[in-house]
Amino acid sequence: MYLARVIGTVVATKKADHMTGLKLLVVEPVDRANKPNGEIHVAVDVAQAGEGDLVTCVGSREAALAIEPSFVPVDAAIVGIVDQTDWVADRVRA
Amino acid sequence: MILCDVVGTVVMTVKHPALAGEKVLCCQPLDDAKEPAGAVILAVDRAQAGVGDRVLVMREGNGVRQIIGREQGKPLDEAVKMDWPVRSMVVGVVDRVDVAPRGASVGGASLGRARDAKA
Repeated sequence: MYLARVIGTVVATKKADHMTGLKLLVVEPVDRANKPNGEIHVAVDVAQAGEGDLVTCVGSREAALAIEPSFVPVDAAIVGIVDQTDWVADRVRA
Repeated sequence: MILCDVVGTVVMTVKHPALAGEKVLCCQPLDDAKEPAGAVILAVDRAQAGVGDRVLVMREGNGVRQIIGREQGKPLDEAVKMDWPVRSMVVGVVDRVDVAPRGASVGGASLGRARDAKA
C-alpha cells in the first residue's frame, strides 16, 4: 500500500467489459510531507474517496482483488481514506 | 523481504473491509548502509511492531494471504484465493543486522557486490 492524494476523476464509457460501473480517480503518490513523489496514475475507488482526499492505494494483483467480482483488469485500487497519519521526527535513530 | 524502519502510523475509518481492525504502519525501506532509501510502504502489522522499530516487511500478497488464511483456519489453497487486497506485511521486528561494509573483501576476493563498482 502507498499514500496518495486524489487529484481528479476519470470518466470512460468505452472500456474493458469487467470495468463497467467502477469509479476511476486520478491519484498522485505523496510522501510524508504530502509532497508528490511518484507518477500520477488512475486507481479504482473502493472506499468512496473524493477529490482532495488523502488515501491509501494498493497495486498490482491485490488491486484486482479489492473489487467484487475479483480479478477485474485494474492495477491500482484505493482501499482506504486516511483520517490521520503520525510521523516520527525525521531521523528515527540518531 | 526488506529491512525497514517504522516511521509512522496510518488511521483509517472508511476503508476496504479487509483492513478492519488492522494496524497499518508506515515503513521506510533501508539500504545496506541502513540509510532510508525509496518511498515509504504502508504495511499491515503482524509482529506487534511499533513506531521506531526496525522491521522486516514482506511485500508479496500471496504470503500475506497465507498468513491471514491460516489465522482464519483456512487450508492453504483456499487461503491464497481470498479476496484480501493487501500486499505488504510487517512479519518481524529486527534485533540486529550485520552487513559487509561496501567494498569489503574476503581473502582478497571482493564480495562481488554490484554496488562495489559504484562506491
